[in-house]
Amino acid sequence: MKFLRDIFDKVKPNFEKGGKYEKLYYPFEAFETLMFTPKTTAPQKGAHIRDAVDLKRLMMTVIVALIPCLIFGIWNTGHQHFIAIGEEADFMTKFLFGSKYVLPIVVVSYASGLGVEFIFAIFRKHPVNEGFLVTGMLIPLIMPATIPLWQVAVATIFSVVMVKEVFGGTGMNILNPALTARAFLYFAYPSQISGDVWTVLGDKAQTVEGYSGATALSIAYESGTGENTSNLIQAYSSFWQPDMFSIKSMFIGTIPGSIGETSTLMVLIGAVILLATGVGSWRIMLSMVLGVAAMAIGLNIIGANEYMNLPFYYHFVIGGLAFAIVFMATDPVSAAQTFAGKWIYGFLAGVLTVIIRVLNPAYPEGVMLAILLMNVFAPLIDFYVVDANKKRRLKRATV
Amino acid sequence: MRAEKSTMSKIVRLKKGFDINLAGKAEKTLDKLDRTETFAIIPSNYPGLQRPKPSIEEGDTVKAGSELFFDKKNAHIRTTSPVSGEVVEIKRGDKRKLEYIKILADKEIQFKSFKENSVSDITNLDQEDIKKQLIESGLWVNLIQRPFGIIANPEDQPKAIFISGFDTHPLAADIGFTLKGQEKYFQAGISVLNKFASGTAHLGLSADSEVPSVFSQIKDIQVTKFSGPHPAGNVGVQIHHLDPINKGDVVWTIRPIAVVWIGRFFLEGKVDLRQTIALAGSEVKNPRYFETIAGASVKNFLEGNLENEHVRIISGNPLTGQRIDQDGYLGYYDNLISVLPEGDNYKFFLTEGWFSPQINRLSASRALLLFSFLNGKKKEYKLDTNMNGEERAFVQTGVFEKVVPMDLLPVYLLKAIMAEDYDEMEALGIYEVIEEDLALCEFVDVSKMDVQQIVRDGINLMLEA
Repeated sequence: MKFLRDIFDKVKPNFEKGGKYEKLYYPFEAFETLMFTPKTTAPQKGAHIRDAVDLKRLMMTVIVALIPCLIFGIWNTGHQHFIAIGEEADFMTKFLFGSKYVLPIVVVSYASGLGVEFIFAIFRKHPVNEGFLVTGMLIPLIMPATIPLWQVAVATIFSVVMVKEVFGGTGMNILNPALTARAFLYFAYPSQISGDVWTVLGDKAQTVEGYSGATALSIAYESGTGENTSNLIQAYSSFWQPDMFSIKSMFIGTIPGSIGETSTLMVLIGAVILLATGVGSWRIMLSMVLGVAAMAIGLNIIGANEYMNLPFYYHFVIGGLAFAIVFMATDPVSAAQTFAGKWIYGFLAGVLTVIIRVLNPAYPEGVMLAILLMNVFAPLIDFYVVDANKKRRLKRATV
Repeated sequence: MRAEKSTMSKIVRLKKGFDINLAGKAEKTLDKLDRTETFAIIPSNYPGLQRPKPSIEEGDTVKAGSELFFDKKNAHIRTTSPVSGEVVEIKRGDKRKLEYIKILADKEIQFKSFKENSVSDITNLDQEDIKKQLIESGLWVNLIQRPFGIIANPEDQPKAIFISGFDTHPLAADIGFTLKGQEKYFQAGISVLNKFASGTAHLGLSADSEVPSVFSQIKDIQVTKFSGPHPAGNVGVQIHHLDPINKGDVVWTIRPIAVVWIGRFFLEGKVDLRQTIALAGSEVKNPRYFETIAGASVKNFLEGNLENEHVRIISGNPLTGQRIDQDGYLGYYDNLISVLPEGDNYKFFLTEGWFSPQINRLSASRALLLFSFLNGKKKEYKLDTNMNGEERAFVQTGVFEKVVPMDLLPVYLLKAIMAEDYDEMEALGIYEVIEEDLALCEFVDVSKMDVQQIVRDGINLMLEA
């Protein structure tokens, strides 16, 4: 790789102080450090040796953990299409069909988000942070494949500017940027994001008779709480595609939904990667699972309507809950930062998710708002954990 | 003062921390060089020193124990010469700041004579007398106070004195080996120090290895054993678990070799700073121990002993030490010279950099393709000085907490320091830490911040306030 290094060395002076493109130093630095870890050595005093880990590797770990969800999501986009039009197709056909719709969303998300990051890096003179590499992948995975590309761009730009840069950039944000992008679309353009049909139908495709693009959550809302309530599990099994909403299908993820969140199985693979590498917080994941289970079982006991009677484990396979537990709630910046705080934060996020889902089904997917709400409360939770630490110290002094 | 036999009952088990097992540990053989001919006393070694003023001039001859400089702001900080010889250079830098005093040593060391005491005399000495003699002999500077890790103030009454009898830093010199045969002096030193401790004198020993002979018969001191990874050997961690420092408290700490020096001074009436030090690190040919004197030039130790020239010489250990030149000097408080490969090369991301599999570069993290956790504890690492990444915003959480075995929240403390919020610093435990206690945070930090510098900045803020 010497030739590449030589190229960087040759052009580098142009970007350094006094160089022709001095203003573009940080974008240049971003590319240079992407290709080469710098030759910077430890300072004269202090730790002369440093851990082999860096932020790029950490972020790449999360991206790798997302890949199973992405690949499955691409395939499932095609799969849902062919079910809807009633045609058979092989794996590759479905995958290629899905790629045609999903990859542009990924590209637009990265391009618009990184564009904003670079502009801010230039004007505010700070390095381009790697955080967006993950956000840029999370955003497409929680969008329906039918989302207009311009909305992806608008939402991404909104969230990077208003959620991250306004608060001081990476590491300073209070809300999870990816979830905010989705929440933005949810409230600004509800017709696309909460629309009934998330399945790509293609141009003139005729749907098969009886077709419904309903998601598991919208069925839960309509059959579970409306006037024509029926046993939810029966409602699932009497769907026009009888096997579509079996618990097995919902676990594997062959159901309509946002691109990357349908497959609990793929999310679990991602979870294993995050937990084995220690990059994702097990405290948050576990406590949130417990929160969901506790609240759902609690509602089972009340059992005022069919949705309340839904067995608790259904919550993990319908909607984006599993994905959100593993990839959204664990965002280290917007989550609680103390160990004790993480337990509280995760548990409450789980409880709130079920409350919003079941008791206020006007918002079918409760987890998005639950996590955003808990993001806002995370500093408060940490405040009390930190305060307890201070009090222990004070108490020790007076004893 | 308690005088019972030490009790070996208490063991403190620490779980948090991280051992950095580096290649090139000193083998337990003692080498003696022909005396290194130049010695230097470097004011910046002394924590809390403010305005050093030389007491001698270039060309003066001094004895071991003759005063070299004193602090105009703190009368108790006086340093004396470790050897006898001629003052060949008094080096001043910007604004006439004293940088070092260099001494060309005699072949045979002449000692300035002080009062000799028998073991029983020592028990009859009073505190004021001891203070006076320690200050006069220049040995006072070995008493480091907590909070803040600066040279102790003789006006204070410490609530306890703490000595850590083992060192868990990477490449650390084995204290049992370096103090071999010094039992008599160590015990005498303890008797002297006991005159100060209004509470107790504590000695922390490792529960994970055998008690070194120098400590096996020790009395008049409270012995506590600590088990667990680094920083179990840090005196700050030991204080935290035995008698934590609260606002207004003062605790003194001292290194074991300095206890020996003090014991020797009172018994023999001379300032004899002989000590055993380690020369270690992956770039040293035969890492081993040497007998030398504080302030020695490292040149003679390094000559012919280096694997290559592209190295970093550190006075102290690789986690907390000070980089010095190849013709630099051993720091007054150091008993180790570490030599590491300099890591000033670019690393292509796929072959060596951030997306490459790594099994030979140590990491406390198991992030993607970092496999060092599979190696087990026995594996020795050859690590260079590369930062292994760029400084970034603070993102990852829960990492620092895992390497600090104290009930404090490192991230919040560091943020309070950066915000210069005095009340928060105090409430979050600035009194309990010095740089070395959070050095592992600096090692594991994904964002590559200079954590120890931040801690020192915080301490300086508190000192100025």
